[in-house]
Amino acid sequence: MKRFVRQGFVSGLALSAALIAGAAWAKDDITIAMQLEPPHLDPTSAAAQAIDSVVYVNIFEGLTRFMGDGSIVPALAESWEISEDGTVYTFKLHEGVTFHDGSAMDAEDVKFSLDRARAEDSANAQKALFAGIDSVDVVDPLTVKVTLTEPNGNFLFNMAWGDAVIVAPESIENIKTTPVGTGPYTLGEWVQGDKIVLNRNPGYWGAEPALAQATFKFISDPTAAFAAMMAEDVDVFTGFPAPENLPQFEADPRFQVLVGSTEGETILSTNNKQPPFDNIKVRQAMAHAIDRQAIIDGAMFGYGTPIGTHFAPHNPAYVDLTGNSAYDPDKAKALLAEAGFPDGFETTLHLPPPSYARRGGEIIAAQLAAVGIKAEITNVEWAQWLETVFKGKNFGLTIVSHTEPMDIGIYARPEYYFQYDNPAFQELMTTLNSTTDPDKRTELMQQAQRIISEDYVNGYLFQLAALSVAKAGVQGLWANAPTAATDLSAISWSE
Amino acid sequence: MSRNLILGAGLSSLVVLSALVSFVWTPYDYAALNIPAKLQTPNARHWLGTDHFGRDMFSMIMVGARTSIAVALLAVGIGMSLGVPLGLAAAARKGSWLDELIMRGNDLVFAFPSLVIAILITAVFGAGAVNAIIAIGIFNIPVFARITRGAALSLWEREFIMAARVAGKSAAHISAEHILPNVANLLIVQGTIQFSLGILAEAGLSYVGLGAQPPTPSWGRMLADAQTMVSFAPHLALIPGFAIILTVLGLNLMGDGLRDWLDPRIRVARS
Amino acid sequence: MLRYSLKRAFSLAISLAVASLVIFAVIEIAPGDPASFMLGVNAQPDTLAALRTELGLDQSKAERYISWITGMLRGDFGTSYTYRTPVSQMIADRMWVSLPLALYALALSTAIAFPAGIYAASRRGKVGDLTVMSATQLGVAIPNFWFAMMLVLVFAINLRWFNAGGFAGWDKGLAAGLHSLTLPAIALALPQAAILARVMRSALLDILGEDFMRTARAKGLSRRQALWRHGLRNALIPVLTIIGLQFSFLLAGSIIIEQVFYLPGLGRLVFQAISARDLIVVESVVMLLVFAVITVNFLVDLAYAAVDPRLRSRT
Repeated sequence: MKRFVRQGFVSGLALSAALIAGAAWAKDDITIAMQLEPPHLDPTSAAAQAIDSVVYVNIFEGLTRFMGDGSIVPALAESWEISEDGTVYTFKLHEGVTFHDGSAMDAEDVKFSLDRARAEDSANAQKALFAGIDSVDVVDPLTVKVTLTEPNGNFLFNMAWGDAVIVAPESIENIKTTPVGTGPYTLGEWVQGDKIVLNRNPGYWGAEPALAQATFKFISDPTAAFAAMMAEDVDVFTGFPAPENLPQFEADPRFQVLVGSTEGETILSTNNKQPPFDNIKVRQAMAHAIDRQAIIDGAMFGYGTPIGTHFAPHNPAYVDLTGNSAYDPDKAKALLAEAGFPDGFETTLHLPPPSYARRGGEIIAAQLAAVGIKAEITNVEWAQWLETVFKGKNFGLTIVSHTEPMDIGIYARPEYYFQYDNPAFQELMTTLNSTTDPDKRTELMQQAQRIISEDYVNGYLFQLAALSVAKAGVQGLWANAPTAATDLSAISWSE
Repeated sequence: MSRNLILGAGLSSLVVLSALVSFVWTPYDYAALNIPAKLQTPNARHWLGTDHFGRDMFSMIMVGARTSIAVALLAVGIGMSLGVPLGLAAAARKGSWLDELIMRGNDLVFAFPSLVIAILITAVFGAGAVNAIIAIGIFNIPVFARITRGAALSLWEREFIMAARVAGKSAAHISAEHILPNVANLLIVQGTIQFSLGILAEAGLSYVGLGAQPPTPSWGRMLADAQTMVSFAPHLALIPGFAIILTVLGLNLMGDGLRDWLDPRIRVARS
Repeated sequence: MLRYSLKRAFSLAISLAVASLVIFAVIEIAPGDPASFMLGVNAQPDTLAALRTELGLDQSKAERYISWITGMLRGDFGTSYTYRTPVSQMIADRMWVSLPLALYALALSTAIAFPAGIYAASRRGKVGDLTVMSATQLGVAIPNFWFAMMLVLVFAINLRWFNAGGFAGWDKGLAAGLHSLTLPAIALALPQAAILARVMRSALLDILGEDFMRTARAKGLSRRQALWRHGLRNALIPVLTIIGLQFSFLLAGSIIIEQVFYLPGLGRLVFQAISARDLIVVESVVMLLVFAVITVNFLVDLAYAAVDPRLRSRT
């Protein structure tokens, strides 16, 4: 064994020697680890966030894009004009953009991509993003006109999603294994079960990124994640799965810890149609039975922001409504008695695999038990969760982080798995969708937050933190995660 | 009685005793969370420290013994109650289609990768102690069927069985009255070994999250929970690990000791 | 012998057919739809239907079973739902990790067990024997995943002699590949070595009691000489049987260890495929493992029958 060790040591020395010799140029490759491996590389036909984490704005780009702060900026569309009535968007495309196969990206490709996503037989996981599109017309090679059936204040935001990227028609057949996009990186190598290597695209239309090569490594096991980072096998770990290990990295000068915010509202989803949860008093009682801070401390080791409604706290329109559901077990018991359950009741609690759910669930079950509600825990895998909870609506309670950005609209869908049916809220959402004035939109969004908070639709727990660990020299990582992405162009090594 | 038997029986009864006592007394409520008191190392108030939710480890280990024993015992029970009759029947009808069917069925179950099948079973029927028992129990059936058949076959050649046959007793009658009592020692020894394997299997299944569900403590899940904290709170992994090792060690020693004591010629299958 | 072989081959075929039915049935009734797993919570019904058609999930169960089985017979294991690559290719890739790992673990366990077993047998009842036997008792009692955790803690996190996990890849060289398989192989090998050492010891002790050994002793060979010259060879038969069994166990049984060390092997493939409801992958890999075990058993039986004609009458 000693020989292996020495070899590793020698090559380590050789590496640092090379670094010293080449001090003029900084290190230009990076190894980024994440928990989940993408099943394939087509962001337009799957829900797996892992796909976007690798390809979004690296391999594929859309008309618009998310920045690290959550803002929407132009990407393949250089600029756009919106008609007076808000239904026609005319996009001016960047000139000289080519796909990785060398063909030019033009208005035809945009039309193809959007039509493909909204087609009858489309496999797009977010087909609703394109539902409002009436027609897509090519005006000239660099101009494309999108007509909507009605004004949609979210349209530019929708076009920034990974599901709305522009793809090359001739590449569709093999897009899942050989993605051809317009982005600053091309697919180098994919060793399934292990890693994906991206190489800098020399023909990129925009500014040349600092890193020549990036390797994504997939490490699902939290212990292995910790060990790989500690051993410096990887340079960055985004979405670090074990918050309990972060203090050790913070204490170590070799590393930096980035704590940001995600779009994930972590909630105790409640089946609003299932008795006794159809009684608002019961839901309110549960809200007061839950001690959010204990959950954040116990399940997330302190990382996470308490929320009192289904809205991201970093959004300017956010209202702090945690006061509506302050921890008060006595009040909870009184409310239960009022609702006709002085001795509590029994229900089920389905917990999907992430640790926020599994650990949070154990804590919530104990807190509910303290007021007399017996929640029987069932740990499920995602496939089962989708089948039983999401599709079958056969559950009492479950814990899920809703990671889609700006998804308060799900409360306007009575068939959605928690089955909240409030016509007033639905009407409010319809108004919001057709409103484009920013101030008015903010007001409507705040009103929406209040309604669901005061209806105690679900137990609002905390906003999931974005936790990343990186070597001290890595710069430009997104601290927040407005969407699943690893923006390689922004990353570089400091001297 | 051998040293093995005494040591093994001692360790095993310690585990059984703590499981029994846990029904009436534990130092703390095993399910009571106390997050501010989390991750304490062993101390005067918490003899084995506290876990990541501030639960008392000593209480959890005691109740965990209960889970392990219950699952392993019931799984062995399934294996014995189905496997032994099958083995007796196969031996009684040696060489017949029934024998062939039972033995090939045995080979088939043996051929399945047990852990993969256990995972499949729980994927189909849901995770939980009952399904863990079934999954472990299924793989115990061929073990008992095989050793019962093997031992019974040699008994069928013996004179006292011949005599019973001549007297006109039915095969079922002979199996129950003469064969079974004579393989009982073997079954006790093999049962002890299977019991210890059952404890290990239960730990493995709960480790991958397919055993008893929270808040019921189980040693395997305690290990899984401890995994990311082993670098700063090693006692969380060491304590359940030692509990498993001591229990399995105790049962194995007891099995070996019992064999030497009851009948040194007994051969047990271990794998 | 021929008749016996044919009979056994026939029951081998029946076993495989039954196994394929069982595997297919169990996996098909598992709740969870592969298409909804892939498309997630916002998928629309028509999108799901389109994907189900694309995956062939709209066919009846009988049709899918037939096409799976006939495909397997032709050597076509189907195409993974999630990865969209041929399953046979995925299995082949993963085999390059799982097979060497199993062999490595087997080699380690044999390397530990042989000397330990021989030593214990030659010092029967003495302190050396007791020490080895106590050590094997401990080895059998340690859960391998717990042992793996401890190895990672000590050798990867504290001492940093090894990577905590992952597989370097054979293209980095044999040494690098073996280096990354060392801790997993040790974790897998330890309990196996303990079992093997016990088998080795008891096989040798049985041999020592045989007449030809007494004769050898009577001819003036010392106990140790007799053991080396005559005992070892004869004790190898039960030992090799156990090794054969352990190999198939190691191939399928490394599923947890591969998880602990995040090795891209067969076990991890099955685990991932189960949670993603990539049914075709699960079915094919499990079937392959069962096929391997049943075939190994068949060959062992045949080999025995060839050596010892008495066994042919036994079923």
